[in-house]
Amino acid sequence: MENSRRKFLKVAGASALGMGMAGTAVRAIASGSGNKPKTMKNDNALTAKHWGMVIDTRKFKSHKDVQKLIDVCHKIHNVPDFEYLGEHKQQMHEIKWMWEEEYKHAFTDLNYKYVNKRVEHLPFLVLCNHCENPPCVKACPTKATFKRDDGIVSMDFHRCIGCRFCMAACPYGSRSFNFRDPRAALNLKEETVSGFPTRMKGVVEKCNFCAERLAIGKKPACVEASNGAIAFGDLEDPESDVRKLLESNYTIRRKQGMGTEPSVYYIV
Amino acid sequence: MNDKKLIITGVIIFIFILIFPFLYNLGGTTEFIDPVLSEKAKAAKFCVVPKEDMKVEHMQILDVWRDTVVRKGERVYVNSDGKKFTMSLSTGENSCLGCHNNKAEFCDRCHDYASVRPYCWDCHTDPKEIK
Repeated sequence: MENSRRKFLKVAGASALGMGMAGTAVRAIASGSGNKPKTMKNDNALTAKHWGMVIDTRKFKSHKDVQKLIDVCHKIHNVPDFEYLGEHKQQMHEIKWMWEEEYKHAFTDLNYKYVNKRVEHLPFLVLCNHCENPPCVKACPTKATFKRDDGIVSMDFHRCIGCRFCMAACPYGSRSFNFRDPRAALNLKEETVSGFPTRMKGVVEKCNFCAERLAIGKKPACVEASNGAIAFGDLEDPESDVRKLLESNYTIRRKQGMGTEPSVYYIV
Repeated sequence: MNDKKLIITGVIIFIFILIFPFLYNLGGTTEFIDPVLSEKAKAAKFCVVPKEDMKVEHMQILDVWRDTVVRKGERVYVNSDGKKFTMSLSTGENSCLGCHNNKAEFCDRCHDYASVRPYCWDCHTDPKEIK
């Protein structure tokens, strides 16, 4: 039998067609059994177009009021506290999702020569601002940090390679790097809680607006523990609590001039 | 040919190095012990997908789940029977470890035998281990 190019192409074409059809047939049979599996949100999940927060600083009188909320947040998210290890405090190793800041440090662009005495020493609760134009997202080379459709700037810890570009990009210092194994501090205190994973050495972490709680119909932990001092809601819904507060009160945002458009507002 | 001793010594050392891995493992526990299915998993009879698929594909399923949860924010999986599951390793009764509540006898047994070291547990916690 003589082999010609013509004959070879015919056979090759016919086999390719046959294989393609067989694949489709197999897939059709496989999907025919039962319903197709799917994924969805919880029925009671809280959703919004743009989550935002309004912190009424008039309701925070002392360090204690602020610290209470920080402790709640750090507890449920397994944020390690290395100070417990009995070493002198090393600021570089500190992991914080929320912390207390003085007016002049929180609002550097509003720190005029003469500042209101009450505001000057008020304890300001600061956290990730979940910016509308998040510089950290642009800086992340692996897309580990990304902005969700509901405005939350979220992190995929699985994907973080620990390059810390996001920390350099964030003008608010909202991000912390795990220079040490966070479990060392958590184990020592025997206070790891289930329900939220810990992190590992070499990843960056920050506030996630309690995305894991919103998914099951709960408001963020700090909001819940604040007795109404912090409001949380949809900034794009004119009827929401946060929008009403913003309309009836004068509010400020951190480093407005940066153009990051923070989603956290402060009533002063 | 005066190097007979040297050559024989060399050959013996070479053979020893060659068979060292086998000698090293001699006496070790290489016997496979079947993973134990927890009472709860036994009662449920059916995992998120059929058992055979789960054996082969659980790592891909978990990989897809983690992206779905983290990126899309969808945390509920509805399988072909219409049953709902929480797409989480260890959060709540309806998660992986909520049903397979014996990680040491179920997950670890196979992973240890196959010398697989998944890094899931570097961050995710087994509710039993942290109490």
